[in-house]
Amino acid sequence: MATTLAPGRATMVLRQVDYWITVYRRTWKGTAVFSFLMPLMYVGAMGLLLGEYVDRSGAGAARLEGAASYLAFIAPGLVAAQAMQIGADESMWPVMGRLKWHKTYYSMIASPLSIGDVVTAQVLYSLFRVGLSCGVFLLVLTPFDVYESGWGAVLVWPVSLLVGLAFVTPVLGFSAGLSSEQGFALIYRIGVVPMFLFSGAFFPISNLSEPLQWLARATPLWHGVELSRMLTLAQLDLSMAAVHVCYLVAVGALGWWWSVRRLTRRLVI
Amino acid sequence: MIEARDLRKSFGGFEAVRGIDVEVPRGEAFGFLGPNGAGKTSTMRMVAAVSPPTSGRLSILGLSPIDDGPAIRARLGVCPQEDTLDNDLTVRDNLVVYGRYFGLPRTEVSARADELLRFMQLTDRAGDKVEDLSGGMKRRLTIARSLINQPDLLLLDEPTTGLDPQARHVVWDKLFRLKQQGVTLVLTTHYMDEAEQLCDRLVVMDGGRIVAEGSPLSLIRQHSTREVAELRFGVGEHEALADQVADLAERVEVLPDRLLLYTQDGEGTLARVHERGLNPVAVLVRRSTLEDVFLRLTGRTLVD
Ligand SMILES: Nc1ncnc2c1ncn2[C@@H]1O[C@H](COP(=O)(O)OP(=O)(O)O)[C@@H](O)[C@H]1O
Ligand SMILES: [Mg+2]
Repeated sequence: MATTLAPGRATMVLRQVDYWITVYRRTWKGTAVFSFLMPLMYVGAMGLLLGEYVDRSGAGAARLEGAASYLAFIAPGLVAAQAMQIGADESMWPVMGRLKWHKTYYSMIASPLSIGDVVTAQVLYSLFRVGLSCGVFLLVLTPFDVYESGWGAVLVWPVSLLVGLAFVTPVLGFSAGLSSEQGFALIYRIGVVPMFLFSGAFFPISNLSEPLQWLARATPLWHGVELSRMLTLAQLDLSMAAVHVCYLVAVGALGWWWSVRRLTRRLVI
Repeated sequence: MIEARDLRKSFGGFEAVRGIDVEVPRGEAFGFLGPNGAGKTSTMRMVAAVSPPTSGRLSILGLSPIDDGPAIRARLGVCPQEDTLDNDLTVRDNLVVYGRYFGLPRTEVSARADELLRFMQLTDRAGDKVEDLSGGMKRRLTIARSLINQPDLLLLDEPTTGLDPQARHVVWDKLFRLKQQGVTLVLTTHYMDEAEQLCDRLVVMDGGRIVAEGSPLSLIRQHSTREVAELRFGVGEHEALADQVADLAERVEVLPDRLLLYTQDGEGTLARVHERGLNPVAVLVRRSTLEDVFLRLTGRTLVD
């Protein structure tokens, strides 16, 4: 047989598009409500209702890193947290389903796809979901006067993808080695929820004690929130922005490598 | 199509496949017959290029599973022991989506999916979710899926285990047709009737080793007699009575619930048993099967 050139990685990822389309077709209705309504509830409850008290208390722009209102302060945090939430969720139960209940991964790697191809396609789909829901969220926020500049409003969207990436891949790696879905409670309790509350989305982390501040700075969500806020408030600090981007990309890349490794250990025996 | 030399597979300290030599030429229907735990699945997964051999040489379609895994898998059809169908997807989507992994264009995959659904008699279930299918239908769908890339080599790990007799016969019929179309089949089974029906040649596996090899007929000729007289006496009497009939057959096997007398002429042997004044509760004269071959070679039965 004539040896043909092996198809490239991109080709192998594209071959999985139809699978992911069927997944999206099946699940979008269930996730649409969750991913569009939840952030709106946060905007209403925390941004507008709680925000009214905060703004009236005279915290002022100085205490809120230059934000004109409490809502403008937390809006970028909410978007980043949304990216974290969706990204982490896509890498939990759906991954367990493909490992344990439907064994989709086993059938995929019996085809010419490699585990790297499978992980890449899964990550891209998760980012598609992050991008879609954060995109809608950012649009919905437009009338609330939270953007100080047009370019910032546009750039915050790719940042939400970066934040998503920094959660999609590490959580995928974690899930790949889990034998039961009980481990997901751990991700929520020691990961998602504390980060959501303490990584600067709702108050400047300077309010925390020194050690806790450093802990907050180590979380990917803090980097995502800070970077998003720089953009929506149009207070770009290029060198800090570069640090945030590099941190998120590094976590995403390490997570990808870890996912491939853990999934290989699990599937190739 | 497959060439294995001293192929081994260990899991931790346990060696599941202990040095097997196998050669499967194009167009053959080849079987691994053996009881649970014999190492059949471990072997099949190595051949399917999803499980790296621990040692030994393995060549599939002339390629090495370590270096050319994707290229090998592109030309294989695999029906794993456990169904790996996506339960949330429809019957037809399972085929279409899978065909796309092989780089087939959408129109091509679509046409093949319809054709395979017809072949497997699943057309009227095309739009149903997989979880609503019966076990036999799921199995047929898994086999249909393994054919979507028109494989050069079809691997079937226990294709009919867990199916009721009727569903098994439907699957056998489909596999027989594939065999007649010249598809190279490799299957594992612990059913001797399945091996006899479908395999041109087979190896008998036990404890990770190959204990015999040949066509079903030659294996029976080589390791068993033409006929078997089965005698059933009262519970616990078999051991004691074995001596009394030992000289009436070429070989006598004592099972917990019956005596097996291996002989060229079952009816004749039976007549002489009766002449001795022995009156079994039940008798049966039958031809030797691969089950007898296995019993002979290992001292155990295939299905326990
Ligand atoms: N992943 C594994 N880890 C440890 N032991 C295994 C694994 N897979 C199979 N085995 C063991 O290897 C032996 C052969 O298993 P298998 O190849 O599944 O046999 P068969 O398919 O003939 O029933 C069994 O004793 C089984 O317990
Ligand atoms: Mg098995």
